[in-house]
Amino acid sequence: MDSEWVIDAQGLEKSYGSGASRFDALKGVSVQIAPGETVAIVGKSGSGKSTLMHLLALLDEPDKGTLQVTGQDAKSLSKRAVNELRNKEFGFVFQQFFLTPNVSVLDNVILPLKIAGMGGKERRKRGMDVLEQLELADKAGNKATTLSGGQKQRVVIGRALVNAPRVIFADEPTGNLDTATGAVVEDILFELNHSQGITLVIVTHDEDLAARCDRQIYIRDGLVVSQTTSNHTHSPHTGAHALVTPEAQTTAGGAA
Amino acid sequence: MRTKDLVATAISNTFRSKLRTTLTVLAIFVGAFTLTLTNAVGAGVSQYVDAQVGALGSPDVFIITQASDATTAGDGPVKYDAGSSASVSSQQGPPGTTTKALTDTDLNKIGDTAGIVSVDPIRAVQPDYIEYGTGTQYEFSINATSAVTTADLTAGGQLDGSASEAQLVLPDTFVTPLGFASADDAVGASVSIGITDILGEKHTVNATVVGVSLESLLAAGAGANDALIAELADAQSGGIETAVTSYGVAVAHFDTALSADGVTALKADLATEGYTASTIEDQLGAVQTVINGIVGVLNAFAVIALIAAAFGIINTLLMSVQERTREIGLMKAMGMSGGKVYTLFSLEAIVIGFLGSAIGAGVAIGLGSVLSAVLSQGLLSGLPGLNILLFEPTSVAFVILLVMLIAFLSGTLPAQRAAKQNPIESLRYE
Repeated sequence: MDSEWVIDAQGLEKSYGSGASRFDALKGVSVQIAPGETVAIVGKSGSGKSTLMHLLALLDEPDKGTLQVTGQDAKSLSKRAVNELRNKEFGFVFQQFFLTPNVSVLDNVILPLKIAGMGGKERRKRGMDVLEQLELADKAGNKATTLSGGQKQRVVIGRALVNAPRVIFADEPTGNLDTATGAVVEDILFELNHSQGITLVIVTHDEDLAARCDRQIYIRDGLVVSQTTSNHTHSPHTGAHALVTPEAQTTAGGAA
Repeated sequence: MRTKDLVATAISNTFRSKLRTTLTVLAIFVGAFTLTLTNAVGAGVSQYVDAQVGALGSPDVFIITQASDATTAGDGPVKYDAGSSASVSSQQGPPGTTTKALTDTDLNKIGDTAGIVSVDPIRAVQPDYIEYGTGTQYEFSINATSAVTTADLTAGGQLDGSASEAQLVLPDTFVTPLGFASADDAVGASVSIGITDILGEKHTVNATVVGVSLESLLAAGAGANDALIAELADAQSGGIETAVTSYGVAVAHFDTALSADGVTALKADLATEGYTASTIEDQLGAVQTVINGIVGVLNAFAVIALIAAAFGIINTLLMSVQERTREIGLMKAMGMSGGKVYTLFSLEAIVIGFLGSAIGAGVAIGLGSVLSAVLSQGLLSGLPGLNILLFEPTSVAFVILLVMLIAFLSGTLPAQRAAKQNPIESLRYE
C-alpha cells in the first residue's frame, strides 16, 4: 500500500521559536499524494502552506508526525539519502527565479545534474533536450539575466525538470508573472503532468490556478480545513483513493 | 558534485565579482611577491656564500689560532712572560680583541696532537706588483690561505701544494690588464711578481699561472702555492732568518678519516692545549647564520603582509556568501550537501590564494631576474658570481603552497557559514 502514495504524511506538526514567541506553523496535518496527481495547497500567507511544502519536499523536518516519500520513511533516511532523494526525485519552482546571474541559461538548467555528479557531455545533452522542450534552445548560451520574466520562469521549470523528477514542487509559480505569461507557465506545468506523469504539488493562493489541479488542500492556521477534487477529464489519477474528511484526518494524525 | 565540477565552479565563481576578486588578489600578490623576493635574496646570498665556502672548502683543514685571552677591561695588565707571551699580533681575531701569535713551539705542539697530519703557519707576504712580460705593473696581493683552499676557477687548474715550481692562480680581473687575450690564454704564462724586503730592497720572483679564478668575497687576492709563498717570504725577509718567528694563524690538516664527532673531539683536544681550531665550515656557518637571520626577518614582514591579505580573503568570501545566500539555498534544496558547499567556498578561497601567489611569484621572478642582472652589472659587480636573487623552484612552489594554505584557512569561516545555511531560510522571500 505504501507505494501507492508518492508522498504520505501523517499528523505533521511544526513550530518555530519557543516560549512567548512560539509559533505553531502546522498543528497536525495529514496529506497523501498519489503518483501523477496534481495537488494544490491553498491558503493565505501565514497559513502554514509553505511550511507544509517544505516538510513534504524534505527541506525541513517535522517536529511530530510521520512522512513517507516514495515508500521510504523520511526519518530513517540519512542526510545524504535525503539530499540524493531531493536531487533525483524532486524538482523545485519558486516564486522568485533564483537563477544564477552571469551564468548561461544552459548552466542554470543543468545545475541539479551537476550536483548529482553527472558527466559534462550527458549534462549538456539533457539540458539542451529540456531547453528544446521549453522552446528556449536558442537562448542556451545567453546569460540568465538577459531573459524576460516568462523566459526566466521557463528556465526555472527546465531546471526543475532536467533531472526527470517524480514530483515538482512549485511555490507560487506564477506569483511573479503577469497573467498572460503566468498562464503559459501554468500550461507548461500541467502539460508535463499530462505527458510525463510528473506529480505536481503547487502552493498558491491563486484560486484559478488551484482549480486547474486535480485536488485542492485548503490550509488555515496550520490545519487542513477542507479538500476538494476537480473533475478534469484528463486527470490521470481517477480518485481511486477515498478522501478523508479533514476532521478525521487531523484526529488520525494526532493519534499517530 | 564531481571534484572537477567543484573546481570549475569555484574558478568561475571567483571571476563573478571581478573587482572584488582583483582587489583581494592584489593584497595577496603583495605578500607573495615580497615573500618570493626575500626567499630569493636568502637563496642567492646563501648560494654565493656556499660557493665561497666551497672555494675555501678543504674539509680536512683547521684554521688554528691561540685561544684569545679574554683580557677584558678591569683585569688589569698581564705580566710579560718571555716564554709564552711572545708577540701579540694578528688580524685574525674578532675586531677589538688581540690574539697571541703562534710560535714554532706552538706549531710543534699542534703537530704532535693525535689526529693532526700536518701543520703549516700562514705566512703573510706583501708583494708590490705583478707584471707580465714588459707590460704595465699592477698592484697585487696574495691570499695567505690560498695554498689550502680550492679556487672558484674559470680556467686552468688548482694549485699544486707539493710542486716545487712557483704557481699562481690569477684573479680574472687581472687577465685583460696584464695583456692576456683570455683566461685560457693566461694559463701557463710566466709572470713576475715584485716584492720589497724589510731592508727596502726590491726583488722579483717568477711564477707560472696555473689557473684563473673568480674573485672571491672571503679569499681576496691571488692564490699562491707553498713554493711561491716560500720564495716570496724569503725574498721579503731579506735573508734575515730571525725576522719573523711568530704567526697569527696556522693551517692544520687533520686525518680525513675522522668522523664529525672525531673532529669535534680533536677541536676539544686543541682547546685544552690553548688553541682555537675552527674548520672553514665553522667560520662560514657564522656568516650563514647572520644571513639566515636577516632573511628570516624579511620573511616575517612578508608573512605579516600575507596575514593582512588573509583578512581580505575572509572579508571577500563573507560578502560573497552573503550575496549568494539564495544560490546556496537553492543548491542545498537541490540536494547539494553541506560538505560540498563547504568545499566549494574553500576552493574559491584557494583559487584566490593561488591567483595572488602565482601572479606574485611570477612577477617577482620576472622583476627579480631583471633586477639581479642589472645589479650584478652595476652595484654588485665587485662580487662576481653573486646572483643576489636566486629563484629556486622548490622555494617558489613552497611560497605558492603556503599562500594557498593561508587562503584555505581564511576561507574556513565563510565556507562554514555557507555550509550551515538553511535552505528554507535562504529561499525565504517575504
